[in-house]
Amino acid sequence: MTIAVPDASVLETPPRPRGAIVEFIRQQPLGTVSFVIIVAMMFAGIFSELVAPYDPLEIDFASILSAPSLDHWCGTDAYGRDICSRLIYGSRTALVIGFTSSFIGSSIGAVLGVASAYFGGKIDDWIQRVMDVLLAFPIIVLALVVVAAFGKLLIGGMDLNLIIAIAIPILPRVERIVRAAAFSVRVMPYVDAARAAGYSHTRIIFRHMAPNVVAPYLIMLTAFIAQAILAEASLSFLGLGVQEPTAAWGLMLSGNAADFYRQAPWLILFPGVSISLAVFAFNLFGDSLRDFLDPRFKV
Amino acid sequence: MESRRTTLKKMAGALALGVGGLSLETTRADAQSPKKGGTLTFAMNAETPHYDAHGSDTFATIHFASPFYSTLLKFDLAKYPNVKPDLAESYTISPDKLTYTFKLHPGVKFHDGTPCTSADVKATYDRMRNPPQGVLSARKATFDDITSIETPDPLTVVFKLKGVNAAILQHFGSPWNYIYSAKDLAKDPNWPKTNINGTGAFVFVEHVKGSHVAGKKNENYFKKGLPYLDGFKGVFFLQAATMLNALQGGQVQAEFRSISEPEKARLTQTMGDKIRIQESSWTLNLLICFNVEKKPFDDVRVRRALVMAIDRWGGSKGLGQISTLRSVGGVLRPGFPLATPEAELVKLPGFSKDIKKSREEAKKLLKEAGQENLKFTLHNRSIAQPYTPAGVFLVDQWRQIGVTVENKQQETAPYLAGLNSGNYDVALDFSNLFMDDSSLALAKYLSIDRSPANRSRSKDPELDKLYDAHMREADPKKRQAMIQAFEKRLFEQAYQQPLLWWYRMVATHKTVMGWQMSPSHNLGQDLVEVWLNA
Repeated sequence: MTIAVPDASVLETPPRPRGAIVEFIRQQPLGTVSFVIIVAMMFAGIFSELVAPYDPLEIDFASILSAPSLDHWCGTDAYGRDICSRLIYGSRTALVIGFTSSFIGSSIGAVLGVASAYFGGKIDDWIQRVMDVLLAFPIIVLALVVVAAFGKLLIGGMDLNLIIAIAIPILPRVERIVRAAAFSVRVMPYVDAARAAGYSHTRIIFRHMAPNVVAPYLIMLTAFIAQAILAEASLSFLGLGVQEPTAAWGLMLSGNAADFYRQAPWLILFPGVSISLAVFAFNLFGDSLRDFLDPRFKV
Repeated sequence: MESRRTTLKKMAGALALGVGGLSLETTRADAQSPKKGGTLTFAMNAETPHYDAHGSDTFATIHFASPFYSTLLKFDLAKYPNVKPDLAESYTISPDKLTYTFKLHPGVKFHDGTPCTSADVKATYDRMRNPPQGVLSARKATFDDITSIETPDPLTVVFKLKGVNAAILQHFGSPWNYIYSAKDLAKDPNWPKTNINGTGAFVFVEHVKGSHVAGKKNENYFKKGLPYLDGFKGVFFLQAATMLNALQGGQVQAEFRSISEPEKARLTQTMGDKIRIQESSWTLNLLICFNVEKKPFDDVRVRRALVMAIDRWGGSKGLGQISTLRSVGGVLRPGFPLATPEAELVKLPGFSKDIKKSREEAKKLLKEAGQENLKFTLHNRSIAQPYTPAGVFLVDQWRQIGVTVENKQQETAPYLAGLNSGNYDVALDFSNLFMDDSSLALAKYLSIDRSPANRSRSKDPELDKLYDAHMREADPKKRQAMIQAFEKRLFEQAYQQPLLWWYRMVATHKTVMGWQMSPSHNLGQDLVEVWLNA
């Protein structure tokens, strides 16, 4: 994934919402398709109870490893659970963990990035050195370390430590991008004017600088949802993410699936496709959003 | 009394015949002259939280530490459940069966070079039967009958009992009774938790946490010519899939606990005649354990409702296909002659075959207790087999009476710490027996002040009384009736209840020789007679 940083100085005033949507559909057909996939995922996640044909926890030993059929569209797993229903509920897990991790990581990253750019000097130096340390680790490795070190903290069936573990590696990546954008905003005359008028640092950061780095923030937030979904799936696959019997795509690829996938390939096929599709959709949507919002890509 | 012991031996012998893995091929291989040398590398799918077997009941400790220690007697696996001398050279039993005298091997030394004498044996057994403050002894209840231990000379130990105990000889052969140095225990009663100093066939080399344990041949081992191996390395694999890959790829040569049915299919399919699978029913069950000190599990109606919601008979068929769980049974291994027969078992709460009716009753009990929307966390272990399938199964079973359960699986150390400290609501515990014996099996359910192994923390004088009475009963029929009365009380109170009994399938490379299969994964792990036919 490559993300270009939109230069805040060349950002145009965004068009009105309805016009913007029409313009987005016209300019970014692939982005629109990916948006539809995301909306479908969100719908499935939010309304899982209504959409899923079976309870995802319902064991049916009479239907162990049934092939896809009219009764079970995606077949059943080693416990006889309906894979389609588990995929639908799994989208909730993916979205909750993906969105929450990305939101936490990106938001803290954005705040630190703007603060780092605004204050400069020693504060900037210190923040950047910490970010350097965090950036030295690949996302999945850092998440693994955090999960292994802090264990599990289950709240409402979701592992809070898992969310934090995924958010931490996102943080420095967003911080760097937002900081770069904030640097260009910092030297704008209206920021100087705000300083001269005696406004507080908080007011300058949140009212004058932050709104001008929203575009890169939103792009990063969207793009990192895909990374977070992938990280969650990877950690669950490694046994460090969500636990059975919670429906989660990564988890569906591990455990018994490793023993039975030769005789029942649907055990890994459908969760694999779901992960790929979700990551593809969020990445594509993030790229399309960047292309749409950054005037340099409109040429 | 002699006839009772003979009866018990016959019973257990009959069960041992069910050890399918004791194949002719193994016998032929073992008939070859053992070769000396080589390092055995084997897999362990859990890492021991400490090194002290006296306070442990997990295989993770036994598989890790047994090669470093000796016990007074040990099980003769070729003639299970008979025992044979280990650190003891010989033993005699008085005609009234109340005095057991052991003569120790002369010249035995601990790995630190100090001599091993009767004083060390006494200190070891005193620690188990009467643990000092701060020491956990999971064996306390089983050595209740010992009244005194005398050491007339450095090589003689005399145990005196308060009553005849038909299984005491087997208890002296328990693989958990590592002989520790009196000197080490005097330094700190908990010294063996973090240090290793035994008289076993292998000397401790290193324990790299999260990676492996290694031992090298004890050149001063008191049994001349043994061990055959130069050393061993036990590697920890917390993921079943990686362990299987390592076994398949030759990075490890054995896994002595068990694999599951699908894993067995994969190994035999991919490794053909390079792998040996030995099978047996297993003296091990998973227990549903309620912490009776926590609300609402102090209410018998809630506990009983939860055990009645479980379709064990259906579960045994389904889970048997995908896990190491297999048979429905009470507190004794199904098939053991003293075990409660199926016809009687189905009358007890939680064992009915009419699951619909049972669940209706369970819902009524929850309603009466005001717990219709009960939610709790199941304290579970992170070893895949069979804890994950069991957790998945239970969550679904309880869902069907409207109870919401979160399955929380933890690594062995925090899992055991939670169980032992009572920091849980409902747990999947286990009853890990090293032999088929009612005095051993029932001890886990005694009041917690008598049996620290009782993780439900219940106190029930009626159960204690029934246990004591059954211990002194010589007539097998009357004894069985007492066991059934014990089970009835236990299951009606539902402090703890067996979920399913396990089935054992051990995979070793065919180059691994001299290791003997048994119905317990606690036995035969000293590796003394194991050799490599490389």
